[in-house]
Amino acid sequence: MPVIAFRQALKDAMDEEMARDQNVILMGEEVAQYNGAYKVSQGLLDKYGPERIIDTPITEEGFTGVGIGAALVGLRPIVEWMTVNFSAQAFDQVLNNAAKMLYMSGGQLKVPIVFRGPNGPAEYLASQHSQSFQAFYSHIPGIKVVAPSTPHDAKGMLKSAIRDDNPVIFLEGEMMYAWKGEVPDEEYLIPLGKAEVKRTGEEVTLISFSRSMQMVLEAAEVLEKEGYSAEVLDLRSLRPLDEEAVFASVVKTNRCVIIDNDWPMASFGSYLGWLISKNCFDSLDAPVELVAMEDVPMPYNHTLELAVQPSMEKIVTAAKRVMYV
Amino acid sequence: MGKGKAGVTSAAGTAPEKKTTSKTPGGSEKAFRTELLRQMLLIRRFEEKSAQMYGLRKIGGFCHLYIGQEAVAVGAVAALDLKDDYVLTAYRDHGHALACGMDPKAMMAELYGRQAGCSRGKGGSMHMFDVDKHMLGGNGIVGAHIPVATGVALKIKYKKENGVVLCFFGDGAIHQGSFHESLNLAKIWNLPIVYICENNQYGMGTDFRRVSSVTDFSKMGLSYDIPGSQMDGMDVLKVHAAVKEAADRARKEHQPSFIEAVTYRYKGHSMSDPATYRTKEELGEYKSQDPILILKAQMLKSKQLNNEEFDKIDAGCKRIGNEAVQFAEDSPQPAIEMLYEDVVV
Repeated sequence: MPVIAFRQALKDAMDEEMARDQNVILMGEEVAQYNGAYKVSQGLLDKYGPERIIDTPITEEGFTGVGIGAALVGLRPIVEWMTVNFSAQAFDQVLNNAAKMLYMSGGQLKVPIVFRGPNGPAEYLASQHSQSFQAFYSHIPGIKVVAPSTPHDAKGMLKSAIRDDNPVIFLEGEMMYAWKGEVPDEEYLIPLGKAEVKRTGEEVTLISFSRSMQMVLEAAEVLEKEGYSAEVLDLRSLRPLDEEAVFASVVKTNRCVIIDNDWPMASFGSYLGWLISKNCFDSLDAPVELVAMEDVPMPYNHTLELAVQPSMEKIVTAAKRVMYV
Repeated sequence: MGKGKAGVTSAAGTAPEKKTTSKTPGGSEKAFRTELLRQMLLIRRFEEKSAQMYGLRKIGGFCHLYIGQEAVAVGAVAALDLKDDYVLTAYRDHGHALACGMDPKAMMAELYGRQAGCSRGKGGSMHMFDVDKHMLGGNGIVGAHIPVATGVALKIKYKKENGVVLCFFGDGAIHQGSFHESLNLAKIWNLPIVYICENNQYGMGTDFRRVSSVTDFSKMGLSYDIPGSQMDGMDVLKVHAAVKEAADRARKEHQPSFIEAVTYRYKGHSMSDPATYRTKEELGEYKSQDPILILKAQMLKSKQLNNEEFDKIDAGCKRIGNEAVQFAEDSPQPAIEMLYEDVVV
């Protein structure tokens, strides 16, 4: 099976969907002539032309809203945010237009649109460029929020997102674009809302998504070497959330650690912890642990910025804590 | 046209007569004007009924009435063919919805929050939608629909269609970034859209002169190389002529335009606003330049209408308002099970 980079998987997904459906367009800052700030749209301008690969000025509210308007009347825009940090400028468009049109029009208006870009911290980018938006977006009814962790899932899920009739927030990661993985040549789709067990285990469930998955899998290896069996669940999709898969795993292992690289207060991870505590109370042998960011803005200094975020060591420690070892 | 409060004709019937072509192919000028008059009267009577039902607590929440501004929506939408064209507006949307031909019964049921409402009782006053009539809302966030309308125009251009988008908003929205970002995008992409600022003089309780660097909004397009004009928003024929010209330009040249319609709302910003920030004299001055009276006087003068005909049209509109209320009263409340419908497809 071919091994390709995450960015290539995303590009292939957009390329295939654009070839399949004339209504799919891509718009955003630097997506066309520059081939994407992170080269995700490499070559698409040459292939599809400036009518379908559209460079925008630096006006996130404006072009996000334009994408929503085009979606209301039948196009299927992909809006690239250079980073999801900048989507704060466009937040009102997502919250009040993309997420609300279907409901407040009594089902008349669909908004088939994908908003995608790198989410969460990279390195040395300081507080304004290192933020995680999964809590903000997954808080909103009316949109889907997905965050794959492998090139394989990225391709299959982006294709599904583009075909979805709802607005989909597609969270990537700057540090993930160069990650490589096996991606089959033949076409495939991965449904949104399905978690995947990445590793089966018996004594503790580690739940995460997106970039953190790599260190979670490393932590599971370390735990295994020390004689502990960890099950690893990749949520892949935050909204809709595969609650069944979560509960099934926790009921089996009786212990759970959630890893969410975001501030802890009112976060996605803290919500998931409540959900598990409520639904798996009788099965739990320890309180659910959350490995989150420190509750501070991201510092520039590298040692400090690493200290702020979840790490393999923090995950192992949390797992041992819930196993009382 | 003058600046600030100016731009309103001095008295009913004295506005210079500008020949306006009929919208209906083969239809007479009289028939066209009669239809404009009927639509303005329908909005007036519908809004009066809405106010009455609000007072009786049949309607709740924010309810922004269009009384006084009828000429803008009616004159502008009359320049459209809603098979190809689209309308988006802000939260003062009842007038535009009726001008687009939306069903008054479904609208009143929506105001009542009933299942038979155009948005199934989930939208309310600020969220009137009718996809078939190309009326795409009804938006409650000041200026938030301006980029969305611009996106609808992008679709028209991308699909090489013949349509044009009318995007209505108020003098409060014109200072939002969304307005400025949208005009820039519409110009660099040559989109078929007409931005219409309905300057009713007050953003909620704030006189627009207190919060705007310019009092002639028509200048606002200049930064984006978009032609702007100011028009008398109380004269439906002038509105129609100006919007038709801009819409034709959008259709033929795929170029955006910006129009400021100087108008006035007779009621407060919403039902809860007693509008104490303006004088009785000011209100009286505008009421003497009422858009319905202006057109009525013009038609009486040119013998296209007599008082008996006017009364008959008016009675018909009042009847529609009453029937809409009866329909809303008779429609069932939405079922609780509907809560989770239409969140996602």
